[in-house]
Amino acid sequence: MKKPAFTRFAYGLALVLMFALGSLAEQAGILEELFSYREDVVYLVGQHIELVLISGSLAILIGVPLGTVLSRPRFAKMAETAMQTLNIGTTIPTLAILALSMSLLGIGMLPAVFGLCIASLLPIVRNTYTGLLEVPDHLKEAASGIGMTPMQMLIRVELPNALFVIFAGIRTALAINVGTVPLAFLIGGGGLGELIFTGIDLDEPFMMLAGAIPTAILAILVDIAIAILAFMIVPKGVNPLRA
Amino acid sequence: MIRIDNLTKIFETPNGPVTAADHINMEVPEGEICVLLGPSGCGKTTTLKMINRIIPSTSGKIFINGEDTTGMNTVELRRNIGYVIQQIGLFPNMTIEENIAIVPKLLGWDANRYKARAKELLELVALDPSIFLKRYPRELSGGQQQRIGVARALAADPPVMLMDEPFGAIDPINREVIQDEFLKMQQELRKTIMFVSHDIDEAVKMADRIAIFRGGRLVQYDTPDDLLAHPVDDFVESFVGDDRALKRLRLVQVSQVMEPVTTVSPGDSLKVALERIEQQGYSHAILMVNERNQPIGYVSRSVAQTTNGLCGEHYFGLKADTRPEDDLRKVASLMFNHDTTWLPCTDEHGVLVGQVTQRGITHYLGATYHRDAPVSLAQTLQQISA
Ligand SMILES: Nc1ncnc2c1ncn2[C@@H]1O[C@H](COP(=O)(O)OP(=O)(O)OP(=O)(O)O)[C@@H](O)[C@H]1O
Ligand SMILES: [Mg+2]
Repeated sequence: MKKPAFTRFAYGLALVLMFALGSLAEQAGILEELFSYREDVVYLVGQHIELVLISGSLAILIGVPLGTVLSRPRFAKMAETAMQTLNIGTTIPTLAILALSMSLLGIGMLPAVFGLCIASLLPIVRNTYTGLLEVPDHLKEAASGIGMTPMQMLIRVELPNALFVIFAGIRTALAINVGTVPLAFLIGGGGLGELIFTGIDLDEPFMMLAGAIPTAILAILVDIAIAILAFMIVPKGVNPLRA
Repeated sequence: MIRIDNLTKIFETPNGPVTAADHINMEVPEGEICVLLGPSGCGKTTTLKMINRIIPSTSGKIFINGEDTTGMNTVELRRNIGYVIQQIGLFPNMTIEENIAIVPKLLGWDANRYKARAKELLELVALDPSIFLKRYPRELSGGQQQRIGVARALAADPPVMLMDEPFGAIDPINREVIQDEFLKMQQELRKTIMFVSHDIDEAVKMADRIAIFRGGRLVQYDTPDDLLAHPVDDFVESFVGDDRALKRLRLVQVSQVMEPVTTVSPGDSLKVALERIEQQGYSHAILMVNERNQPIGYVSRSVAQTTNGLCGEHYFGLKADTRPEDDLRKVASLMFNHDTTWLPCTDEHGVLVGQVTQRGITHYLGATYHRDAPVSLAQTLQQISA
């Protein structure tokens, strides 16, 4: 139980640092500068969140069933190949994935969502697959021995017992996702990347910061949200955080 | 009732076929416990798992209550068979209540009914529902988990139970306790049970019949007493152990070897006592009872021979006594402890019902060795005196 304690500590530290930086910025008049981008920020944050939510949910909606199907015995032979392919997929830089998706679907929100979804798919598929395979054989034997159908076994025994591992995959996936979203601007997907990249281009550090700071905060919030979700959804009996 | 007919399992392995079960034929009568016993790898688990089709059989048939299971739907079949796996296999994501209630839930019972059932079963396996219902498996000791495993298998009241070394993970002391509780439960529930064990003592204690396996074959299928008295070959003999005669002691209850007993009362004279001792052929002493026929002591032969007076003035206190439902192992142990060859036997009110003697025990056990028809004690005693 060291890890959650540590992460909580890290979050606390981050908050304190932010507060300190904030007060510094206030004195230097930086805040006022940043504040001038308020309207842009509010709009772009909305877009940013939209991108994360849509591509993230899609990745979960595709990744969990895909991992589940691959873990079924009758796909055992295919599964290994599929996992290898997906593994190679991760070595492709996310920017390249976005570029490929643009060449496929053109410019705009759609290719951005598609690219982000693909980039965050693998950890979810992989963790669902291994999580389900790691459910001990004797639990499955007990389940089928008392007369569960394969579907009942999946829903009542296998998924709940793999859920913690699946959530770990989702957390990794969303971390990748949130980290990649600013790049979506490059293929016309919008989001806070607009302020960051334009700020860099125009050599306007405050504009860049107005994009970068909310991006960082969003990343942290998403991570916290997933952690809370995992804490609440993973059944108590198999949740190491609730021992 | 479970009937197994020419059941065979051949595993195809890279090193060639392995015959794990070789034309097994056996029948477990309704309400009895059959223990499958044998060394590691002899095919016990394979045979058991073919009954609920965890392992598909290569050939042969299985009948449950007279019905051929071949055509039955697998899920349907399994819901009528309670299954306790060796590794316990409680679902860690569910509370104890949910674990026990899972089969009733699958069968579509309403919530009130399966909750009440879970509570009832917890009480049956001697765990306090107010403490355990809402706990998770990881919050229980191994022995407690094993009880829950049994409770889960019993939940939908299946007529047949399969249990693979259900008490294997428990230390010897607690194992005895759980075995006793289980036997008590079985007396009420009367399930037809197949039970895998590799422990001869457990088998002798639990079984109505024992099936000894060796290399995939069923080599002997007998009642524990017959198995211990008449092992069919050297393998079975060495498997049941050199002390098989002693093991039989626990199978026999005092009531089965109890003899009628002649007594004196405190008001009788020692002369009367001596007369009765000689008359009955008692070697050392005669029992003395009070007016309610409760044993209070004994008058020894030597005192009766050398002294005048009343029994009530010259008797020794009792060392120990037994109950009709005690097993002979306890009796033998009491006899050794107190250096005596006989013990009075009393009912729950302390009223004398008979006596048990070393001679009686020896003859009872000997009778089975000689394959006599079940002998009544009276007959045995007649033979002795004849
Ligand atoms: N899936 C399998 N594939 C190949 N061989 C198997 C398989 N399962 C069991 N066997 C073989 O079948 C034989 C009987 O195995 P089984 O598990 O029934 O033994 P057992 O009597 O239960 O032994 P133990 O007391 O060790 O549990 C063994 O020789 C084992 O190696
Ligand atoms: Mg076994």
